[in-house]
Amino acid sequence: MISFAPSKEQKMVKDSFAQVVRDLVTPAAHDMDEAGEIPADIIQKTWELGASISYVPEAFGGDGMEYSPVLNAIALEELAFGDMAFAVAATAPSLFITPLLDFGTEKQKKKYLPTVCKDQYCVSTLAVTEPFLGFDVTSMKTTAEKKNGSYVLNGTKCFVPMAGRAQDILVAAMDEGRPQLFVVSAKNPGISISEREKNLGLYALETHKVTLENCEVPAGDRLGEAEGVNFSRIMQKTRVGLSAMATGIARASYELARKYAREREQFGEFIGQRQAVAFMVAEMAYETDSMRLLTWKAASMLENGKDAAREAALARMYAGEMSMKICDYGVQVMGGHGYIRDYPMERNYRNARGVAIWDAMATV
Amino acid sequence: MINLDTPDVILKVKTAMNGLAASLLRPVARKYDEAEHEYPTELDVFRGLNVMGGPKKKKDKAEGGEKDKKDKKDRMGTNLGTVVTVEEMCWGDAGLMLSIPNAGLGNAAISAVATEEQKERFGNKWAAMAITEAASGSDSGSISTTAELDGDEWVLNGEKIFVTCADRCDAVVVWATLDKEAGKRGIKSFVVEKGTPGFTLAHLEHKLGIRASDTGTFVLNNCRIPKGNILGSAEIKKTTEGFKGVMKTFDNTRPMVAAMSLGIARAALDFTREKLDEAGVALDYETNPNNQSSMQKDYLWMEANLEAMRLLTWRAAWMADNETSNSLEASMCKAKAGRYGTLITLKCAEILGPLGISREYLAEKWMRDSKIMDIFEGTGQIQHLIIARSVLKMSSKELK
Repeated sequence: MISFAPSKEQKMVKDSFAQVVRDLVTPAAHDMDEAGEIPADIIQKTWELGASISYVPEAFGGDGMEYSPVLNAIALEELAFGDMAFAVAATAPSLFITPLLDFGTEKQKKKYLPTVCKDQYCVSTLAVTEPFLGFDVTSMKTTAEKKNGSYVLNGTKCFVPMAGRAQDILVAAMDEGRPQLFVVSAKNPGISISEREKNLGLYALETHKVTLENCEVPAGDRLGEAEGVNFSRIMQKTRVGLSAMATGIARASYELARKYAREREQFGEFIGQRQAVAFMVAEMAYETDSMRLLTWKAASMLENGKDAAREAALARMYAGEMSMKICDYGVQVMGGHGYIRDYPMERNYRNARGVAIWDAMATV
Repeated sequence: MINLDTPDVILKVKTAMNGLAASLLRPVARKYDEAEHEYPTELDVFRGLNVMGGPKKKKDKAEGGEKDKKDKKDRMGTNLGTVVTVEEMCWGDAGLMLSIPNAGLGNAAISAVATEEQKERFGNKWAAMAITEAASGSDSGSISTTAELDGDEWVLNGEKIFVTCADRCDAVVVWATLDKEAGKRGIKSFVVEKGTPGFTLAHLEHKLGIRASDTGTFVLNNCRIPKGNILGSAEIKKTTEGFKGVMKTFDNTRPMVAAMSLGIARAALDFTREKLDEAGVALDYETNPNNQSSMQKDYLWMEANLEAMRLLTWRAAWMADNETSNSLEASMCKAKAGRYGTLITLKCAEILGPLGISREYLAEKWMRDSKIMDIFEGTGQIQHLIIARSVLKMSSKELK
């Protein structure tokens, strides 16, 4: 039966991520953004909570938990509530792990999963987005051509998170008209990884352009080998993950505005006592909830093994638009204090902008 | 455990109710929009058919046990069942749904608080609800219709406006004050039967939408009713708990109105999609919305909002079924659904172009019908006030 209440386990996961966020991420978020980097110890703490590897079978180095899209959404919302850049960086390896688990052959799983399922945080990532107008997966320009028993990849990818530290990168390319994934070692001579990109938001997140020039990949490294991958399924998971993170940023902005409206006094009363401000806060409240419910709906369907193409697309679209609106309201409620970099609202505003653009590249 | 995947039991109810709405309401939707105030005789089939959910049965705590637990797991709660049904009915026609016999707001009030004797007397009557007055809308605590005890009878005086099913109903639950000085504490509700001397239906409104539902004004001029027609106690309590209790019924009715808005908006979206299909415009969930036409993107945006309206509504209803306080969530779904239902039906009419304006189709009607959803059972502004007070932890004095 339908239920809106979290189980004991779901509550526990939420609480444990919320605690790391409260104790470590939120206090460091401003400095991370200014410095453009994330302290290794905070990432490590999150890694130990199992954000990326808990659902990898023990045989491959994970904790052998059952994969749950709903639990994942809960965890991602909490992390992004602390900081979106941090959330993506901390869970970037799962971009590599989840498609591998879903579509990799036993041989591929055995070969690659142990390389990322370690006690220390380590990275392999996913490259999908391409730097041209109106990009989407169905119109990808990167190609894979079969030549002499191996694949030759050509194309350019951008916004690849943590590519500079990656051991391997799952590269999306069109193979006989269908999008497929290829495991490309960062050491492959045909791959070049750019300097860090400079983005509008997510300063603390390392992203790179990845260029593939006649990059030769053994046939055995096409994910799923002969079977290949169901890209729609991968997109459904990434879209749900992205929506969950967008919900986290929106909630952070809502909470800041709510607090500020109760503290800031003008004309002898709190600004929240004025309907013009109060109604904005009210809207932020129910729109944040709406984002979360749409995310959970798509996640629930995935959890029940159903196709959630429509629900994931709607959740992602809603999350993209609404997180911008909510962060915009947040800046407006806080006025000048929402605009200066000393306060976190300004950072949320910049960070949320990417969600509406970023489609394919989200934590799975 | 969080699980928002729609279970089969809800899908079954949806399908059954949609069939009913499609065969009984939709075919006569235009007819009664044009023939305002005329009683839709087609609805007589609903008499005695309890489609809108009956009074909530109190759970017998003594029973319980494993079997009960299992039953509960697979069963859909009354409130959730009601909002699912309401959405389908309003997909058929909102004005007609409001005219389903014996399913008035007054019936809900009677079944909630009536004594056994009152249930016996009024149980089979179609009861409307009269709260609003010319000078008291959202501020229902300020009503000035009076009730005075004279021997074995209450004497009621005043005027009530915007009473739904005014002409069709058999009785009206009238809100009146026993003591204006006592404010909200003095407000009680009374069952006034049609035909009582001094009780006149003075006027029927002509409206923008939901024309199939009649809306009227009653005048109470020294209207005498039996002492036993008061609902609840006649005592004026020291606290406003009684009034708050009455306001609590909104926690159940607001999700219903949200569901009505949802039903109308979905009707508009379904029709628009049908026409888009005919025109060869396919909707695509995989492609980036920014790579689709403005019209397709608008459609997806509306679909996402419809889903948000529905999930907020189901959450509020689910909470009521699980006996969790849902005042905040009830206002949230009403605020969202009221506003976005209006926006969606307006946008659909725009996308449909000439088909959206022509009275040959229902799109222009849905646009008119949806507007009331952001007004009755608490306007959008009132909902935002309630939400803001709740999340900002402010009293009605601090946030007016």
